[in-house]
Amino acid sequence: MKLITAFVRPERLPAVKEALFKAGVQGLTLNRVSGHGGQAAVHEQYRGSTFLVEFHEKVQLTIAVSDAFVAPTIDAIVRSARTGEVGDGKIFVQPLERVVRIRTGEEDAEALTPVGAPLAASI
Amino acid sequence: MTSRTPTATPPAAGPIEGMAPDATPDAHTATRAQAALLRRAAPVVAALLVAGLAGAQPADATAKITVAVDTLWVLITGALVFFMQAGFALVEAGLQSAKNVVNILMKNASDFMVASIAFWAFGFAFMFGNGTGLLGLHGWFLSGPDLSPLTGSAYRGVFESLSWTGVPLFAKFFFQLVFAGTAATIVSGAIGGRVRFPAYLVFSVVMTTFIYSILGHWVWGGGWLAQLGFLDFAGSTVVHAVGGFAALGAAAVLGPRIGRYQNGRVNAMPGHNMTFVALGVFILWLGWFGFNPGSTMGIVGDHGLVARIFLTTNIAAAAAGLAALVVSWMRFGKPDFSMTMNGLLAGLVAITAPCAFVSPPAAVAIGLVGGVIVVLAIPVFDALGVDDPVGAVSVHGVAGVWGTVALGLFGLPALGADGLFAGGGVHFLLIQILGTVVISAVAFGSVALLWTVLKATIGIRVAPHEEIGGLDVAEHGAEAYVPADALREPVIVGAGD
Repeated sequence: MKLITAFVRPERLPAVKEALFKAGVQGLTLNRVSGHGGQAAVHEQYRGSTFLVEFHEKVQLTIAVSDAFVAPTIDAIVRSARTGEVGDGKIFVQPLERVVRIRTGEEDAEALTPVGAPLAASI
Repeated sequence: MTSRTPTATPPAAGPIEGMAPDATPDAHTATRAQAALLRRAAPVVAALLVAGLAGAQPADATAKITVAVDTLWVLITGALVFFMQAGFALVEAGLQSAKNVVNILMKNASDFMVASIAFWAFGFAFMFGNGTGLLGLHGWFLSGPDLSPLTGSAYRGVFESLSWTGVPLFAKFFFQLVFAGTAATIVSGAIGGRVRFPAYLVFSVVMTTFIYSILGHWVWGGGWLAQLGFLDFAGSTVVHAVGGFAALGAAAVLGPRIGRYQNGRVNAMPGHNMTFVALGVFILWLGWFGFNPGSTMGIVGDHGLVARIFLTTNIAAAAAGLAALVVSWMRFGKPDFSMTMNGLLAGLVAITAPCAFVSPPAAVAIGLVGGVIVVLAIPVFDALGVDDPVGAVSVHGVAGVWGTVALGLFGLPALGADGLFAGGGVHFLLIQILGTVVISAVAFGSVALLWTVLKATIGIRVAPHEEIGGLDVAEHGAEAYVPADALREPVIVGAGD
């Protein structure tokens, strides 16, 4: 099992969600963050004073997947989040030791198996 | 306005209805123009009212309708000016950080509440009561004989400086109160983000009781500046320069917000909501259609003049906003929204004194210059280390001085002002410069002195950690924007059992 952390542009998020659902990945957590990896700082001005904005808005996705789903997940994110400009983001893959579903107590692979109808069916 | 055929034989002065649309305006001071109006209107109103008391029905009806319509005008425009308080609240809240919004709204609400009481009790008497060339000495709590709505020589009472307008005393008071409230609330934006609320309350009381009222007496209360021929139709100096330079005095003594000026840099501390700023400016613009035209304090004899004032007011605002837009674009590389808004307001401030006395093209020129100088002035005060989050000193103080001087330049003799460009010579212009400079200086000095005294006694700034965390929580124990956020739910011990 792996824990995948991805940082993408906020405006690409709808496309990323769609790609992930189509790939069969439904369990994810979203977060709003500020990030910087090489994107140029933006000059803003307010009533005569200029200031630099170096950190830019990004969305962080946290996804726990079984090993079989690692490649499809990464592929889905890269395809949908890429624009070709500096600032597209990064994906980190970490080994995951244990997963527990709180409602039932199921663990590991069973805990990662989605419950209910696949969301991709309703797109 | 429908024309009426008077059925009573009018006295020699002529019927009010016969006044030409562009008649010499009711200046908001004891001036030649006012005297001319009194000569025309007072005998008629007085005769009609006396005839009415004696039971002559048609003349009685005409006089009653005149007073009623004029009273309606004064009260409706007064209500419009009152609504500018909402405009100020929105502009100031929008230009501050979200953590200080409750505080700014409290200051805005408080200064009008304070003004309503203090101006009723003492301020109105200081400003309009009979007295000396410096201040009024009669009419405390609106007491004292007063034969309003009788005007001119028929008037007997303690508020002679307002005897040129034929409406009841309470209407005169309400209209002047909302003007006092406007001057009072100008300061709150400039000192936002670091002032102690109790200090602000004390300042509000002193401002509306003494400073605004006594300075106003010099111009609208028949005081020494009025006697010199100084004109200020609706208050570029009396309201706006007084408020703006009071703001300068307060902000200078208070000092800037923490982190605003560092190592020669001016750090931007952006406002949190530009929608509020835009809405606020539109509400102020609407309110100004009460502020300027309402200062005729009558419409039956003045309808043409009132229409003129609507036009000059609006066109100056538009020209000023456009000028500020262009100048900010040239100076800063992009058209700046809040500077454009400030420019709009500066145009309104600048046209406030000359609005009844100038032509529409002159109003455009006055607005253009006002919009330009406000964009140039704002960075100057930053360079001086005076932190003014809303630009009140530039918009109200500097533009207010310009508007008063502009009256000396563009005033038309046919309308009652001997402007330089209309061939009236420099004498009137020099009186205008003298009046606005003296009043601005006294406003600045007295308010700076007051805040210095408050600083030494009750303290005027919040503690640094309170300023950083925001005045809303520190001064009022509240937040302006409370998110529906599960992360902030309080812990209830035992809830999990």
